[in-house]
Amino acid sequence: MTQVDKNNDDIAISIKNVTQRFGDEGSPESVLALDNISLDIRKGEFVCLLGPSGCGKSTLLNIVGGLFRPSSGSVTVDGRLVDGKPHPDKIAFVFQESTLFPWYTVIENFHIALKFQGIPKSEWDDRAMTALKAVGMASFAKHYPDQLSVGMRQRVNMARGICVKTGILLMDEPFAALDEQTRMVLGEDLSQLLAETGKTIVFVTHSLAEAVFLSDRIAVISARPGKIKTIIDVKTPHPRSPDFMLEPRFSELRNECYALLRDEIRATMALQRDPQPTGA
Amino acid sequence: MQRASLSSRSVQYVFLVFVAAAWYFLTESGNISRLFLPKPGDVIDALTRLFQTASFWSAVLVTLTTALKGFVIALVLGVLAGYLVTRSKLAIATIEPLISGLFTIPITLFFPMFILFFGVGTGSKVAYGATYAFFPIALNTIAAFSNMEKRYLLAAQSMGGSRWDIFRYVLMPGALPVLFTGLRIGFFICLASVLGGETISSVAGIGRNIALAAELMEPARMFAWILFVVCMSVTLNLLAYSFENKIRSR
Repeated sequence: MTQVDKNNDDIAISIKNVTQRFGDEGSPESVLALDNISLDIRKGEFVCLLGPSGCGKSTLLNIVGGLFRPSSGSVTVDGRLVDGKPHPDKIAFVFQESTLFPWYTVIENFHIALKFQGIPKSEWDDRAMTALKAVGMASFAKHYPDQLSVGMRQRVNMARGICVKTGILLMDEPFAALDEQTRMVLGEDLSQLLAETGKTIVFVTHSLAEAVFLSDRIAVISARPGKIKTIIDVKTPHPRSPDFMLEPRFSELRNECYALLRDEIRATMALQRDPQPTGA
Repeated sequence: MQRASLSSRSVQYVFLVFVAAAWYFLTESGNISRLFLPKPGDVIDALTRLFQTASFWSAVLVTLTTALKGFVIALVLGVLAGYLVTRSKLAIATIEPLISGLFTIPITLFFPMFILFFGVGTGSKVAYGATYAFFPIALNTIAAFSNMEKRYLLAAQSMGGSRWDIFRYVLMPGALPVLFTGLRIGFFICLASVLGGETISSVAGIGRNIALAAELMEPARMFAWILFVVCMSVTLNLLAYSFENKIRSR
């Protein structure tokens, strides 16, 4: 289950025995959020972390992104230990809520990201406009984020994650705040972009359809403490058209995910009375 | 929005016209002693005469430089203290209530002490204005930097911004609007404190002249000074507002 590929050159992200505990072990507030998670992700692969809310999937993503260090276990990216530090040359983040800086225009937001990444100024406009064109937002370059709708903002937010030259894109429920139609359209865009850029994407979601539509592999995570329950292979190649959703295989996979999650969701409901100091 | 601001603007103008008209008719009716409220015409005359004296402009200069000195001291100390407080959650929890608590104390009560320590010259007014202005500036600085949403900082961090980059391009521009509100409030509190201080005890400045005109029973002259201060404050405030809006709209 954990060793997908023996060839190390092909592995973009290697998660080894990651355990995350919040609070001191033994204290009543202590929560085991992630329990011994191991997962290898190949270059150019799209992996979804699917699980009930509170299962620790965002926590896992933050650990991979180096936003904090796990209680035990390790994450390596391109053979380099992440060790609780962001690696902006390798990993870009797209958060659940738009993190476009409201005091900059859309294009300035790209400039800041590219500047922080240390990309030469001469490339800024080119990269920004290419990414904006890819999500159909090129004509909004001079707008401020609050002049855009939530869906447009998240498209720009996604494009900003793409414009930088990292091979890995971590996405934490980027479409969670959007309506279903916008979600589907952005999902198509993302599938297209994946095929074009060849980026490795780890995507956190609790939407079954989204997971099946976008992923090469779906890591189904159990209720707290989060463990990888199963990994489902979706063999359809990218880019995927909306027709994929009409195929019987799509429904089968979706139902398979649901069957796996149903028990976990019930388990989460039972946990709900407990204090939950963890993130999503 | 445009319409609402238009109608509220007109209400403001109508109010101003009403006050001016009430002033005019009350004084014209002869029921009010000239000593309490001089006629508008007399005040305007007094003001034009004031404009022609060199002592008028030197008094304005004294007050403005005093206020500016006090403001600059409050700005440096207030922003610095406010920013340092936001570096620690514990400091925000303990020091912020302390500063806002101290701000409720009428610092006016300590004015005689300022005179005692710094003399009747401008020094005491600079210190007094700076003390008063320190509080709103420090409090707004704390609010500006501590209300920054964590996701922006996380995003900046994940993009690889250095500490200085994040301060310069994320924290600073994010905090600027609230920070500037504090500076505007601080400046006008400083100006008011300096003027008030001057009327109580001083050797020069606008406040001193207002107090002098009152003592010499020259109401027209006194009101002329007051009218000038009102116009000056309104102009400065409008300037500050338009500057603030420019920052905010960015």
